[in-house]
Amino acid sequence: MLTTIESRDAVTLIQIQEERLDAHNSSDLKGQMLTLFEEGKNDMVVDLQGVRFVDSSGLGALVSGFKNASARNGNLKLCGLQPQVESMFELTRLHRVFEIFPDEIQALKSFQE
Amino acid sequence: MSESIFLDIKLPNETGYLRLLGKIGEYLAQSIESYPGDREELAYHINLVLTEAMANVIRHTEDTKSGEGLHVTLRVENRKLTIKVYDQGRGFELCDTPEPPPSCLAEGGRGIFIIKTLMDRVSYHKYDGGHVLEMEKILF
Repeated sequence: MLTTIESRDAVTLIQIQEERLDAHNSSDLKGQMLTLFEEGKNDMVVDLQGVRFVDSSGLGALVSGFKNASARNGNLKLCGLQPQVESMFELTRLHRVFEIFPDEIQALKSFQE
Repeated sequence: MSESIFLDIKLPNETGYLRLLGKIGEYLAQSIESYPGDREELAYHINLVLTEAMANVIRHTEDTKSGEGLHVTLRVENRKLTIKVYDQGRGFELCDTPEPPPSCLAEGGRGIFIIKTLMDRVSYHKYDGGHVLEMEKILF
């Protein structure tokens, strides 16, 4: 899976550079997040700006990341959801689980509040 | 609606082909000119339903030695779209899938819920030594 991973102060920003987040590549994302958790990076923002399509496996990978972050007293927040992707979070009620921001600037800023 | 379209697709049973199958469904939905609703939304939903159905088959056949690949048919006829996904795996329970609660943190189990939410009729039954997942969408 193509991702860009950057450290912004104490927060890790993961930008997904794939049009689809589905059963073909979601386990890669899960693995990349697990590596970051093992390095002690427990606060994350996943930027979904480039993702046009997400299925239940993609949602599952994000839930896995959220649970891992929470278990380590961290947080995983989302930003940049395209309308169709946002509708998937609403359909599955996951928009009530994640903190979702319009863009990375606002998502990163929320960790300072 | 006078359109009548039938597609018969055979694909390797691998997640690398999810995108291709989803795109075929998307293009089919976009081509239904007499659909009165939002065709882009329909296209997205059909892409999603096909992706979920194929991923489900792959999950339930990974421990069987089926070299059959995946067989999918899509039919637009009589004001409805019917999708059939055939598998030779061990099958699964198409039980009543409730709406996930707001705090549901399960990592899996949303695929069938999504299919049942987006399609008007869903059934799963034995067919020719395997199973068929049949999904119907009323177009208008």
